Amino acid sequence: MTPAQRWSIPLRLALHALMVVLAAVFLFPFLFMLASSLKTNDAIFADLESGRALLPVGDLTGANYVGAFARGHIGHYLANSVLITVVTVALGLVVNSLAAFALARLEWRGKQVVITLLVILLVVPFEAISVPLMLLVAKLPGIAFGADGVVLTGSWLDTIYVQIIPFVANTFSIFLFYQVFRDIPRDFDEAAYVDGATPWQVYRHIIVPSSGPVFATVTILQALAMWNQYLWPLITVPGEAARPLMVGMEQFFSARKTAWGEVMAYAALITVPVLIAFVFFQRWFVRSVVGSGVKG
Amino acid sequence: MGVRRHSPIAPWLFGAPALIGLMLFLVLPFVMAVILTFTDQRLVSPRPGAFVGLRNYQRLLSVGALVQTPERSAAGAPVYARVRSITRGNRAYAGYRPLTAFRLGNRRVTVLATDPAFLQALGNTMLFAVLVVPLQCAMALGLALLVNAGLRGQTLFRAIFFSPVVMSMVIVSVVWAFLFNKDLGLFNQALGWISLGAVRPVDWLGNPATAMPAIVIMSAWQGAGFQMLILLAGLQGISQELYDAARLDGASAWQRFVHITLPGLRQTVLFVAVVTTIAALGLFTQVDVMTGGGPRGTTATVMFEAVRHGVREENIAYGATISVVYFALITLVIVVQQAIRRRRGGGVA
Repeated sequence: MTPAQRWSIPLRLALHALMVVLAAVFLFPFLFMLASSLKTNDAIFADLESGRALLPVGDLTGANYVGAFARGHIGHYLANSVLITVVTVALGLVVNSLAAFALARLEWRGKQVVITLLVILLVVPFEAISVPLMLLVAKLPGIAFGADGVVLTGSWLDTIYVQIIPFVANTFSIFLFYQVFRDIPRDFDEAAYVDGATPWQVYRHIIVPSSGPVFATVTILQALAMWNQYLWPLITVPGEAARPLMVGMEQFFSARKTAWGEVMAYAALITVPVLIAFVFFQRWFVRSVVGSGVKG
Repeated sequence: MGVRRHSPIAPWLFGAPALIGLMLFLVLPFVMAVILTFTDQRLVSPRPGAFVGLRNYQRLLSVGALVQTPERSAAGAPVYARVRSITRGNRAYAGYRPLTAFRLGNRRVTVLATDPAFLQALGNTMLFAVLVVPLQCAMALGLALLVNAGLRGQTLFRAIFFSPVVMSMVIVSVVWAFLFNKDLGLFNQALGWISLGAVRPVDWLGNPATAMPAIVIMSAWQGAGFQMLILLAGLQGISQELYDAARLDGASAWQRFVHITLPGLRQTVLFVAVVTTIAALGLFTQVDVMTGGGPRGTTATVMFEAVRHGVREENIAYGATISVVYFALITLVIVVQQAIRRRRGGGVA
């Protein structure tokens, strides 16, 4: 019997009404963004005084979306962000799960020290190291692909890989994998080792297949974090070539503050794919957040 | 068990990519940050940084006070000499600029600092944390209780309350910047409409008194869904039998909330509060997109100052010093959390 069934009908109605009001509070910026992205500036201002501001009504136009591509170069930034997110998440899944496997399932000296170190590093927020890290990547030797083929450069600044490589290894991802791998029964891998299996085979054929959910969790958390990156590309990628979406958005917003419709179209283009993913994988998003709560 | 069935270097091979990455991009910059604070290293410079001792910390944190008695309070308000007329040319005040001033009796106390902008930013950051953490946690707890009440459609509502979390903070800031707009923003339109025109339009992001509260409200709106889910998991971990027993004993809904729900959630609430505080102390994106630190420095934050000095002004040593001070703040929060946890005897978690 759920608690609600014990409550009186008026109370239940009141709580329902409260939920609906709160839902409106949480949804109206989305609605305003989507509705405005389809209107001319004049129509946006005219609709502000009524509920029409939140509805796609009146003379609708796709011109703002055309403008976001033509003046905002959103296609280029979108390609950069997709590349950065996909590569970082894919490499991260492999690298962090391998490390977690070594920590959770293999016997070696120094293991406890590494685990303790990881727990300490878990609380270092990225913001705290971003400024010195920027100096570091500014001095690392890099490569560039120019007209003369591949050339060595003296800096990682203004590249795609400066937005990928520092984020592949992730303490939090290692920890999420570690907690799951540790609790998988050891009978199978013991038997596999007796039959002469290597640690790689145990990882590949026993551990990975039995921990699908944590791979999904890490994928969602990392993908969201990478997609939404702002501070790091802001300070390390001054040029346009390697610029990701969020920095492109900020630039577009600063340059065209009065073009509300275009800015909202730009925002909608970035947000809608994530919202669609959220609607389809809602259960996994919820699991990811709850999983991240075990951090304490 | 106990018998090693693999080569002793295998674990290192498995761990190497991640450990090298963490050493290079997490541990090394942290060590670098600490070393940099004792130098005058520039971001782009042919010259390596020189050792300058504690000068960066001195510049960042030095404060002084100037106490003035009124020069003449003849017929009304007391009059004080201009602060600059005293500090200018006076060696003891070299490098100091006024941060804030207040009255003490008939005296005026002017607080001076060598980097008043940083201290103001530090104060702003603390203010943000003090405002946003209780607001966001209370909102999250309210939402969690609501979607845990067993009402119809709660999965849908849970998704709606969570949806801003998946939205990027840059996008949220841009959309809300329009909502906060003085002449055309939806908030002022709604206020004017509700008050039948009695409330004058507020320049939310342009007014020193409202800019930070506006960012607080937006941030709580964006983040509450995340804490809601964690608190929800905590709620569902409380044994239903406790509630049933309390009900048999005639406890009211409020009594059950105070004596079962709140104590049962204590660890979760502490965790949520600490995570929210750490995130709040790193406030940057909202400010960078919406206000650029203004108006009159009222929304500049510690991270904003670190980026301004370290990157935009290329004084990387000074930026690193601010980062280290920020990290010290985080450490303080965690030490306090551990102390609370130990004092309350909160169990094994």
